[in-house]
Amino acid sequence: MGTLDFLLQGLLVAAQPMNLLYALIGVTLGTAVGVLPGIGPALTVALLLPVTYQLDPGGSLIMFAGIYYGGMYGGSTTSILLNTPGESSSIVTALEGNKMARAGRGGPALATAAIGSFVAGLIATLGLAFVAPYIVKLALVFGPREYFALMVLAFVTVSSAFGDSTLRGLTSLFIGLTLACIGIDQLTGQARLSFGVPDLLDGIEVTTLAVAMFAIGETLYIAAQGDKGPDKVEAVRGSVWMSASDWARSWKAWLRGTFIGFPIGAMPAGGAEIGTFLSYATEKRLSKHPEEFGNGAIEGVAGPEAANNASAAGTLVPLLTLGLPTSATAAIMLAGFQQYGLQPGPLLFATNPQLVWGLIASLLIANFMLLVLNLPLVGLWVKLLTIPKPWLYAGILLFATLGTIGANPSVFELGMLLAFGLLGYVMRVFGYPIAPVVVGLILGPLAEQQLRRALSISQGDVTVLFTSPIAAVLLLIAALAFIVPLILRARGRGEVLAQLAASED
Amino acid sequence: MKHFFLASILAGALALPAYAADYTIIAPANPGGGWDQTARSLQTVMQQEGISGNVQVQNVPGAGGTIGLAQFASQQKGNPNALLVGGYVMVGAILTNNSPVTLNDVTPIARLTGEYEAIVVPAASEIKTMADLVEALKKDPGAVSWGGGSAGGTDHITVGLIAKAAGVDPTKINYIAYSGGGEALAAILGSQVTAGISGYGEFESQVKAGTLRVLAVSSAERLPGIDAPTLKESGLDVTVQNWRMVAAAPGLTDEQKAAVTADIEKLAKSAGWQEVLKTKGWQDTYLAGDAFNEQLAKDVSATEAVLKDIGLVK
Repeated sequence: MGTLDFLLQGLLVAAQPMNLLYALIGVTLGTAVGVLPGIGPALTVALLLPVTYQLDPGGSLIMFAGIYYGGMYGGSTTSILLNTPGESSSIVTALEGNKMARAGRGGPALATAAIGSFVAGLIATLGLAFVAPYIVKLALVFGPREYFALMVLAFVTVSSAFGDSTLRGLTSLFIGLTLACIGIDQLTGQARLSFGVPDLLDGIEVTTLAVAMFAIGETLYIAAQGDKGPDKVEAVRGSVWMSASDWARSWKAWLRGTFIGFPIGAMPAGGAEIGTFLSYATEKRLSKHPEEFGNGAIEGVAGPEAANNASAAGTLVPLLTLGLPTSATAAIMLAGFQQYGLQPGPLLFATNPQLVWGLIASLLIANFMLLVLNLPLVGLWVKLLTIPKPWLYAGILLFATLGTIGANPSVFELGMLLAFGLLGYVMRVFGYPIAPVVVGLILGPLAEQQLRRALSISQGDVTVLFTSPIAAVLLLIAALAFIVPLILRARGRGEVLAQLAASED
Repeated sequence: MKHFFLASILAGALALPAYAADYTIIAPANPGGGWDQTARSLQTVMQQEGISGNVQVQNVPGAGGTIGLAQFASQQKGNPNALLVGGYVMVGAILTNNSPVTLNDVTPIARLTGEYEAIVVPAASEIKTMADLVEALKKDPGAVSWGGGSAGGTDHITVGLIAKAAGVDPTKINYIAYSGGGEALAAILGSQVTAGISGYGEFESQVKAGTLRVLAVSSAERLPGIDAPTLKESGLDVTVQNWRMVAAAPGLTDEQKAAVTADIEKLAKSAGWQEVLKTKGWQDTYLAGDAFNEQLAKDVSATEAVLKDIGLVK
């Protein structure tokens, strides 16, 4: 039987009324927890594991997959409307999405996020079905040196998200890199910059920092402005739906985001955030409207949201083919498999084809359900923006605090939330960009660990960093991305860049 | 009436974590890991077997379990209804983190499960036996890279013990720490490291599929269903068991301690728990009372010695 037959058979399994119901419960719950900052899909699935003990394996795994996809979906809503990323992978969405929402274009932003997620989810799930075995081979070729090269590329390209002033952008980045050093060093087990505080031994939680910097900092900033700030946010300007030009600008970004997000999600040390960073940087480079970036460019929402959802499907590649969980949610889904005595791994496709293909098919169905669930809600969501400011920001504070406590019930964590909120406020007042701090916190440890692992394996021989073909190519692209704009700028032909972008097609 | 019934089921399902519980189990780790799974299995079986009407699990992650341990020791003092899940990794973490709170500050009740370490290489590797690996290690300790879990954890400790038993300076070992057995697995399969070490469960499906070869396991006797010698048979006097235990709060009266111990014994002997052990692939290593306390003291001093040898603890 070919892959297609298996998939059709899987669709039959997933289309059974009870399984459809589980998928619906899953996506609804997932969207809800995605909206709440701090509470992620991982915690939800963990809470549900004992409840689903009585269900049949297929049904509960279908529900978990729905939660996973729904969580990726829901995170974008708060990012766009409230500038409060629900998950670390929707941080980039907040950059452009919130600017759009403030300019009365919240509807199109939500719509492009929803449709982009759908498109990406669809393509990536089909990718999971058809090319998983090949993708996983590619992912295994990635060792420490290749990952390090990928991180270098991410650092170079992400610098385009740093705003107008390079100095300020770099200052923010280095604040993030410093924060990233806090905690137990993974390779030697020594504590760094923890000052004897046990709560700091695990480092700083990315979601805590992101929620603090974006949501709390923003709230303090608005409150400090008092009545002087812009009087009223215009909730809807023009249509709630996407215009023809929105479509024209979104579809390529969706596809590019998908092709960036899926393989990176499938890599054991990739992670959803990196795909969103790379997608954002790509869109900014290729856009015909680079001046709109930072002020609400629709490509900057479409690309990263697609990348985010594609990498969610990518994560399932190593989980199903290697039994290798690469995210917290995947780890709990693995526990869910084991609960039924199933061991994901190279033999799962052979020993339990019905279950695997049922799961893949229900991902397709969950994806449709999410679109149906979310698109009609767009009109309702944007009404959130018309809530009077004091209420809205009080609500944001409440959700940010609840989410943080929900994820980690500790007074210290709450103290950090407030402290970083203050930092976010001060940085806003002095015009320093916020995103690079979070980027530094995410990429810093990854780059450092991979570099040190590579050097440790080679026993200190630096040349290994360049001798692998994949690493060499990635580093070359990074070097070009860094040098070419410098040369063009030095020649005083900034407009050449714009022309290059314009003559793309 | 029918609606009321349905509504109360729904409300019950939603409010599950908020109920007053007979037992509160602290899992000092994030959802998904071994301690969390142990805590949630305890929860399920305790309710199933009627040992406790209501059990809730709370995750207090961080620093190899020492954050949860410290919080448990201070906040639950004298509370006979609070339990803490812990294990061998915590013993190492207390030492490396220089934690002010140790296992002496709680009331260890019983060891429940355990898992043995397996040393593996990719199927295509030139290394066929443990003797080959030891020979390579003796020739140039730095050239043999070991991929495993976090620094100072069970995997790292085992490598240190192996080096010591082989007469190689344990400070010279080239141990590459990954954030978990899973991430290490990718590095092992991709031949990024010479050998891999982790709990056997992490490797099981790959071994069955023939992509990984087990060189040795860290148990005292050969394990059923695993075609590999023990380290002892391979000439290395090393046995390591990554065990998990359950502890009660400090400051309990003798009667309270006896009551908790009785509940845990009932759980460990129940059919439901045996079923869990089977599906999760955990070994039953139930040990309680003085025998457990003696074993615990032995493990702590052995771990301290090897961590000093590796250079992680001064």
